[in-house]
Amino acid sequence: MKRSHRLRMPAVAAVSAAALAVAACSTSGSSSSSAPSAAASSSVALTASAPGITATTITVGSHQPLTGPAAPGYSEIAPASAAYFAYVNAHGGVYGRKVVYKYLDDAYNPATTASVVRQLVLQDNVYALFNGLGTPTHLAAVSFLNAQKVPDVFVASGCDCWNQPSTYPETFGYQLDYIREGKILGHYVATHFAGQKIAYFYQDDEFGMDGVKGLDAEIPHSMVVSRQTYVPTNVNIGPQVAALRASGAQEVVAFSIPAFTALLKLYGLKVGYNPTLVVSNVGTDPITLSGLLETYAKQGGATVNGNQLTAGIITDGYLPTLGDTSNSWITLFKKVHDQYDAKAPFDGNVVYGEAVAYAFVQAMLKAGKNPTRADLVSAINSGLPQGPLVAPYAYGSANHAGATGAYIGIIKNGVLVKEGPVLTTDTSTSGPVTTSTAAPQQAPASGVPAP
Amino acid sequence: MTMRSLPRVLGAALATAAVVAILSVKLNAFQDYQIAEIAVEVTAVAGLTVLTGLSGQISLGNGAFMAIGAYTTALVLLHLGWPFITVLVVAAAVTAVAGAIVGVAAARLHGPYLAGATLMLGVALPSVAYIYPGVFGGDQGLNVVFTTPGFLGVNFPPTRWQAWVSSAVALVTLVLLANLGRSRVGRNWRAVRDDEVAAALAGVNVARARILAFVVSAACAGMAGALLAIITGLVAPGAFTITLSIALLTAAVIGGLGTLPGAVWGSLVIVLVPTYATDVATSHGLSAAVAANIPVAAYGVVLILVMLIFPQGIQGGVRWLLGLLGLPAARTWHPASRLEAGSPAGGAPASQQEALLTQRGDPPEPHKKEGTQ
Repeated sequence: MKRSHRLRMPAVAAVSAAALAVAACSTSGSSSSSAPSAAASSSVALTASAPGITATTITVGSHQPLTGPAAPGYSEIAPASAAYFAYVNAHGGVYGRKVVYKYLDDAYNPATTASVVRQLVLQDNVYALFNGLGTPTHLAAVSFLNAQKVPDVFVASGCDCWNQPSTYPETFGYQLDYIREGKILGHYVATHFAGQKIAYFYQDDEFGMDGVKGLDAEIPHSMVVSRQTYVPTNVNIGPQVAALRASGAQEVVAFSIPAFTALLKLYGLKVGYNPTLVVSNVGTDPITLSGLLETYAKQGGATVNGNQLTAGIITDGYLPTLGDTSNSWITLFKKVHDQYDAKAPFDGNVVYGEAVAYAFVQAMLKAGKNPTRADLVSAINSGLPQGPLVAPYAYGSANHAGATGAYIGIIKNGVLVKEGPVLTTDTSTSGPVTTSTAAPQQAPASGVPAP
Repeated sequence: MTMRSLPRVLGAALATAAVVAILSVKLNAFQDYQIAEIAVEVTAVAGLTVLTGLSGQISLGNGAFMAIGAYTTALVLLHLGWPFITVLVVAAAVTAVAGAIVGVAAARLHGPYLAGATLMLGVALPSVAYIYPGVFGGDQGLNVVFTTPGFLGVNFPPTRWQAWVSSAVALVTLVLLANLGRSRVGRNWRAVRDDEVAAALAGVNVARARILAFVVSAACAGMAGALLAIITGLVAPGAFTITLSIALLTAAVIGGLGTLPGAVWGSLVIVLVPTYATDVATSHGLSAAVAANIPVAAYGVVLILVMLIFPQGIQGGVRWLLGLLGLPAARTWHPASRLEAGSPAGGAPASQQEALLTQRGDPPEPHKKEGTQ
C-alpha cells in the first residue's frame, strides 16, 4: 500500500502541474509576429553601427505592465506598437532594417522594472529603451539608462520629470504632460463656467498634483470651493463625494484614473449629486470607462448603461479621436490594427501604442542609415514633425517634453467628440493658453513616415 | 558540536564566496545583477526561514521590514551620506527595533491570527510612503546613488560590485544565522516551536524567545531591503507590495522551511525561474499575452511539484538524494535538521502525513545527531 501511494505522488504532481499550466495561460493571446521585409534600396551599406543594430535589424526594448494591477487597458499598448512595427517591417522597414520590439513584463513593480531594464540593456543589448510605461516604474530605470547612455525615448507617462535634459540627456517624454493638460482643462473651465463653483477631485500623487498645478494656473482660486484627494488603494470615496456635494460645486474637475472616474460618477449618483465632470484624458477613455461603470454598478446590484453615464463628460485629447473615422491617422491605425492586432479592441490604448511607434520610426529615419545611439538622441533634439499628434512636439536640445497641446472634447454616445480648437501652452504658471496655429498633418499614403 | 561545526560553516561560506567571485567575472553584467538579486533574496529568506522554521512563527509581513530597511538606507544615504557599511548596520538596527515592536504583539498570537496580523503589516506599512510624500517621496519614491569604489577603476562593471557586496552580506548573514541556530538561542526557539508549555517548564522564557526570533528575522529583512535599495537605485512603495512578502515565504517553503541551504535554493528558484521562463516563452514565438503569463504559471508549477514530490522543500530532496547515495547529508549546515540520524529513509517522507509528523515530531534538541559526528 505504502509503496503504491509513494509512486502515485509524482503522477498526481505532474497532472496538477499540467492543469495549472493550462489554466494560467487563459489570457487571450494577440499575435504580433513580424512580417517579411522588402529589400533595402540603398547605396550605403548597412552596418552594425551601434549596440542593438545589425545590418538587418534594430532591437528596441521596453518594460510594460503585461500582468498585475495596471495591466487592464495598458497591456494593449505594447502589442499595438509591435503591430505598427510589423507593418513598417512589411513595408520596407527602417532603411531596410526590421524593428524587433522586445517588451518585458514588470507587473508595474519598480523593483522588477529595474531588473528587466538591466536585462534588456546588459544582456539583450537593445539599441534604445522605447515607451517604458509608468511613472514610479520608469523612475527605477531612468538613472541607469542615462548612466549607460542608452536612448530612453518616449516614456509612457505624463510626468513632467522626464523633461530634464541636463540631468537625463537620454530621456524624452511623449504624451501631453499633466501640467499642460491641467492648464488646458483649466482654461476651458475658467472661460465656460465663469462665476460658478468648481471643485477638484484628484489622485494624491505626482499625477494629480501636477494636474492641479496646471488647473490653479488658469482657474481663479476664489472659484474653487473644495479640493478632495483619493489614493488608488482605497476605493471607498464616499466621504470625498459627500464633501464635494456639500460644497455645492456645479463642476468637478478630476485628475483620476479610469476606475476612480467611474467611482466618482457612481458615488455621486447614489447621493443624487450629478455635477458636470471635467476629467483628465488619462481617466476618460470612453470604452474603458463605460465598461468599468457597468461592472461596478453590477457589483453593487444595479444595472446602468455605461454610455449614458459617460455622456457629457468633458475631457481633452492630444491624438485624433477614435470616432473621427474620416481622419487619415485613425484610418491608418485601424488598418494596421485589423491586420496585425485584430484580437485587441480598437480603443484609445491601441491608437496610443501605434502613434508612439510611428514617432519612433520617424526618429529612427531621422537618425540616419547607420545611426549610433547618440545619433538618435540628437535627431530628436533637433525636433520631430508632429505626425499623428494634434499639436507640435516640444522637442529641442533644451526641452525633452513631448506633446504641447490638445483639444477639448465631450463624450457623446460613448465616443469623444471634438469641441473647439486645439489649444497649446507651456508648463509655466504664467504662460498663456493659446489656439494652436500648426495645421494637422495627414498620414502618409504608404503608412510609413518619409525619411 | 558548536566548536566543530563552525569551521565547516565557515568553509562552506568561503567556498560559496569563491564560486560567486568566479561566476561574477565569467558571467555577463546582467547575470551579475541576478547574482545580486539572489543575494538580496537569500538574506531576507534566511531570516524568514529561521523565524518560521525554527521558532514556529509565520510572517506575511517581512516585505514591510524590507521596506523599512530600504527607506532607512535611502534616507541615510540622501541626508547624511554615510558609507554603505554603516548604513547597512543602521538599516538592520532600525528594522530590528520595528521587529521588536511587531514581535511583542506577535508573541501573543498564534497560527492564522499571527498570519493575519503580519499580513496587515505587509499591506499597510508601504502605504505610509504615500501619506508622507515630503519625506518618502510618495509614489515616485527616493533615488539611491551607490557608486563603485574608485580603487576598482572606472571600467569596473557596477553590477559586479553590487553582486560582490550583496553576496558578502548574504553569506555573513547565513554564517551568523547558522551559528545562532545551533546556540542556546536556537535551541530555545526549537523548544518553543515544538511545545511551549514544555519549553516554559524547562525554564525557557517563551515570550522573549519568540520576540527575539522576530527581531532577528526583521534585521535580516532590513539588510535585504538595504541591498535592494542600492542595486535597484530606487526605493518606491510599488516594490514592497504584499506579493513580495508572499514571495519570501514561498522561497522559504520551496527551499525547505527552517534550513539555510533551503533559503538559497528557494531564492535561486524565485529569481531565476521567471527570467528563464520569460526567455523560453518569448524565444518560442508565443504571443505576448501568453508569454506574459508563462513565468506566473512556471512559478505555480514549481511550487506544486516541489510540495508534492519533496514536501520538505528542495533541501529535503537534496538530503534524500544524498541519503540514497549513502553520503552523509551535510547535517551540520542546517540548524533545524529534521532528519533522524541513521535513518536515511526519513529524509523522503512517503506521504504528507509523515511529513507533518516529522515536522511536529522534531525533538527539542536531537541528541542523536551528536553521535554521528
